Amino acid sequence: MNRSGVVAQTRIELMMTLRRGESLLVTLVIPLGILVFFSKVDAVKVDSSTSIDFLVPGVLALAVMSTAMVSLGIATGFERRYGVLKRLGVTPLSRTGLLAAKTANVLAVEVLQAVLIIATGVALGWDPTAGILPALGLLLIGTVAFAGIGMLMAGTLRAEANLAAANGLFLVLLFLGGMAYPLAKLPDAVEIFAKALPAAALSECVRGALQSPAHIPVGELLVLLVWAIGAPLAAIRFFRWEE
Amino acid sequence: MNGGAQWAIEVAGLEKRYGDRRAVDGISLRIARGEVFGLLGPNGAGKTTTVETLEGYRTPDAGTVRVLGLDPDGDGPSLRPRIGVMLQEGGLYPGVKPLEALRLFAAFYPDPDDPERLLDLVGLRDVAGTYVRRLSGGECQRLSLALALVGRPEVVFLDEPTAGMDPRARATTWQLVRDLRDAGTTVVLTTHHMDEAEHLCDRLAIIDRGRIVLEGSPADITNVGTHDVRFSTAAGLDLPALAAALSLSADTVSEALPGEYRVRAEMTPELVADLAVWLRDKGFGLIELRTERATLEEVFLQLTREGDA
Repeated sequence: MNRSGVVAQTRIELMMTLRRGESLLVTLVIPLGILVFFSKVDAVKVDSSTSIDFLVPGVLALAVMSTAMVSLGIATGFERRYGVLKRLGVTPLSRTGLLAAKTANVLAVEVLQAVLIIATGVALGWDPTAGILPALGLLLIGTVAFAGIGMLMAGTLRAEANLAAANGLFLVLLFLGGMAYPLAKLPDAVEIFAKALPAAALSECVRGALQSPAHIPVGELLVLLVWAIGAPLAAIRFFRWEE
Repeated sequence: MNGGAQWAIEVAGLEKRYGDRRAVDGISLRIARGEVFGLLGPNGAGKTTTVETLEGYRTPDAGTVRVLGLDPDGDGPSLRPRIGVMLQEGGLYPGVKPLEALRLFAAFYPDPDDPERLLDLVGLRDVAGTYVRRLSGGECQRLSLALALVGRPEVVFLDEPTAGMDPRARATTWQLVRDLRDAGTTVVLTTHHMDEAEHLCDRLAIIDRGRIVLEGSPADITNVGTHDVRFSTAAGLDLPALAAALSLSADTVSEALPGEYRVRAEMTPELVADLAVWLRDKGFGLIELRTERATLEEVFLQLTREGDA
């Protein structure tokens, strides 16, 4: 592996992420905004637990989705459009090197998100539990699933279509993800559909890990694993480096 | 020699199809180390496909390709540190600045050139801190060129390097290519500009419909054409009538520009006399009469037009 190249590529990826206002909006402002808003405004009554215990896991899942699917996917789609991926392909930075840099970038942003979300949650009265470590593991699996979806769209759609699709999917999965309000609030048919999607699977698993006593729901975990294996495989199969 | 590579580039029987279309239809060529080699041809002739096969982007359907003795498709990891590439368009992050881009690419290579030096060399010092998305097309081209050179490559591929450049940037680029050759770097470039090919290239190949129709030094190639007769007079002469008066077939007389005529024939005393008599009878004065070798542009147009009928 081209170490100095990967380090430089990671630096530039991070720099570009921080320079993109819309990327900061979707990865930081929206998740933190939802956390604060729904914890203060009793918009939707939560049955079994207090609202902050419900919101912190959901917003952690939302944060992973915003970084791995939306931010990574849109940026990669435009890099493909601008021929940057093609140009990098003839440098000694290998595809593995580029992927390593993008992974490091996603993880760095997610660490920042997790720190800010947990700190805000604590300030709003959330009690961290021993389930944080398994929860982080689940968030990593979620990252793989959402990055797979983001890269599949980035590598197959035109840049503008990808932009619209990533943002649209983000909104749909936010509504159907059990993140800001419980899935039980949805009509039954919609709830069944929602449970097959990676967003609800991830938020329910993280919620289960963070409750005490911890209990990770097996069905949701299986759904999450299927997405985490299937989406990256589809991305590898269908990704085109040139638009 | 290192890797057995006597030639910088060897292509034998290269074929590449896209669906039913034969983009490259049996191209063979050899380019020596330190040579500046030009690929000329109309749009869609197969220039970019050929270059992109050399760069490792495309896998040949038939034939073999070697760059520095290596297979661009299979030996990419050993080849990529030794080549520099300037794509026909794109390849730049809009959200970074020229110096940042140069430093990034420098980090990919084992023995890079100094990014600051390259920035000055291509004349981008004034916009070193400007985002790429705010650069002009010509400035982007110059940055792409600098990025192709930052790894101190042994072979540089330039796909239409001066497209969109103003005359000054173009002159700078030409000088850069000459400096590269003087330093022993092999340069492969594609171009539409005949003057560029004529002034810059040691050798060139004219490609049409996926085949090489002519190959040689610019002087060799222009010698293929006859030494024509040129004359200037009023615009809009009756060309078939003139050809008949000169006892030539109609297609040998043409009006290159309004009032500028070309006769593809030897300037014999008989021809001069017939021309002068015909013009006198029609009442036209002769402004200029001379013989001239065909320009590369004329050879090019003639070769790439043949078979259109």
